[in-house]
Amino acid sequence: MLRQHGIRRRMAATTPLILAVLLLAFVIAVSLTHDRALARMAAETLIRVTLVVGFWIFVGNSGVVSFGHAAFACLGAYVSAWTTLKPAMKATLLPGLPDWLAAAEWPVAAAAVAGGGVAALVALATGAAILRLSGIAASIATFAFLAMVNTIWSNWTPMTGGTSSVVGLERYVTPWAALAWAVVALAVAAAYGASASGLALRATREDEVAAAASGIDRYRHRLLAYTLSAFFCGVGGALTGHFIGVINPDSFYLSLTFLMLAMLVVGGIGSLSGAVAGVMALSLAVELLVRMEKGVTLGVTTFALPPGSQEIIIAVAMILVLIFRPAGLLAGREIMLPARWVGGRADRTTDPTS
Amino acid sequence: MSLQLLFDALALGGIHAIAALGIALIFGVMRLVNFAHGQFIACAVFALILPSADALAVLGLGRLPAPVLVPVILSVGAGLALAAEALVFRPMRNASPVTLMVGSFALGVALQNLLLVLYGGRPKAISLWAGLGHPVRIGSAEVPLLQLIVIAAIIVILVGLALLLRRSRIGLEMRAAAEDFGMARMLGVPANRVISGAFALSGSLAAVVALVLVAQTGIADVRMGGQIMLVAFIATVVGGMGSLSGAVVAGLGIGAVSALLQAGLPPEARPFRDAFLYAAVILVLLFRPQGLFAPVGTRTRV
Repeated sequence: MLRQHGIRRRMAATTPLILAVLLLAFVIAVSLTHDRALARMAAETLIRVTLVVGFWIFVGNSGVVSFGHAAFACLGAYVSAWTTLKPAMKATLLPGLPDWLAAAEWPVAAAAVAGGGVAALVALATGAAILRLSGIAASIATFAFLAMVNTIWSNWTPMTGGTSSVVGLERYVTPWAALAWAVVALAVAAAYGASASGLALRATREDEVAAAASGIDRYRHRLLAYTLSAFFCGVGGALTGHFIGVINPDSFYLSLTFLMLAMLVVGGIGSLSGAVAGVMALSLAVELLVRMEKGVTLGVTTFALPPGSQEIIIAVAMILVLIFRPAGLLAGREIMLPARWVGGRADRTTDPTS
Repeated sequence: MSLQLLFDALALGGIHAIAALGIALIFGVMRLVNFAHGQFIACAVFALILPSADALAVLGLGRLPAPVLVPVILSVGAGLALAAEALVFRPMRNASPVTLMVGSFALGVALQNLLLVLYGGRPKAISLWAGLGHPVRIGSAEVPLLQLIVIAAIIVILVGLALLLRRSRIGLEMRAAAEDFGMARMLGVPANRVISGAFALSGSLAAVVALVLVAQTGIADVRMGGQIMLVAFIATVVGGMGSLSGAVVAGLGIGAVSALLQAGLPPEARPFRDAFLYAAVILVLLFRPQGLFAPVGTRTRV
């Protein structure tokens, strides 16, 4: 016989499973069509799932909005480029690399892990300073961190190529590769959310003073979540680089920050399912709007939105969501199996409320 | 050389102080970290010129003589801020500070891309008040006339604002609201008037920054507000969120530090000046996380 708590834990464990199955179904459906454009869209969406789920690990659990996670994606992308590009290519594009790095030709998966690892290390170091601040001030400090990374990456020309793009990254990211990482991110995010640290961090989100009074060290849990979160944003950045094949510092700056934040807000910051729902909803919207910017032929006239209107429409949608449904599409709920599917039927006798 | 540096530091710090004030005013009355402030500045810049995608800007409003132009641009800034308040922030009045902040970020992106659609993405050359660039000799230093005007204008604005806040009824209400908004409302301070007043003031301060930036750089760029907004944010955090005098002092300080860094850093490190600046700020916050002049009212009460 299971206690109420055990049943809740089992139900919570079904969330990443259901989400992973839904993503798998999405990839299978797309690959059955054999449409190359759709396959690209699917891969891009799944990379965003990795990024936004990583982002959610920190923002969702701590309630502190970070503007700095695009910088972790930037670090991940460049580390992956440094370790996988052909040495001859690196000699011309990035002459300032140290010898061991200039000669490195790592397998892509190891490079993605290294990208995430470097991002996590940088998060550990900078988070140690930033996360001592109160919520709003910490948000602003993450913004300063984003600007700092962008300034350094745009000017550190021998190592990063400056504002000119680094080209020639191996484009290995298929929908299946992106799916694998998205599922790993989901599993880790759910495991962190269910862990003691995740619970403690959510307690500080709900009531900082009461949590502190219960002996929760807010700073330590925030730092752990921040580091974990940066790892997956770093991996997501590495995947983005190997998906497009070209990276430059500005592709990991404000527009990526905005997109990640919009996805999280539209889906609902309060739950993992919300993060995934937000990615799916906005990726679909972005895809439609990009096609409309290219022009849609209706009968004899071609109708095209001016470039830039995509962001305007998404920003307006985000504001409307904030006004009319501030908790997002899923309003903080998780998608999970009902209690009786996970052995909860016998619970009636032990639960005093039913 | 050192006198020159002093003027540079004053002018740069003054602009940052004005931008930081615009952010601190709004934060004080409604706990909103306004990420759209930089775009208010950019919009005020682009209000000077006619919409077109050409590289050379055609002055529209900017052709007006200065005594007319300045009030017009200030009211454009104020009007924009008031519209943003009515359309976006009033419906969110009871939301958490985090929601408000995310909302203002979205508004900023919307405004920036609106400018992009209307004016195109390329930076444009603008010649506004081109005659003000010629240098004036003061002691050992050659200072552009414009810089002197900017410093004088900033002093006038700061003194005027201090008088407004200390002597007038709306100023008293704003200070009361910044101290404790709930209590101020209970004592009969009209919330809408105070908040609208703060937005109007903040918008006109953004327009001041816009005019100074255009006159100094001669360039209109869709992204030009972002950089100064970031520095202004940092100034409000360092000064203590919600403290107006703290924002001014920190704005001046950051301007002075970046002028010093520009002069003192070896040339190969100069492109990284802002990175040093942000790192310095994070360092300051390590020792005083609540900022240098945190007002009593912003502390969480238990």
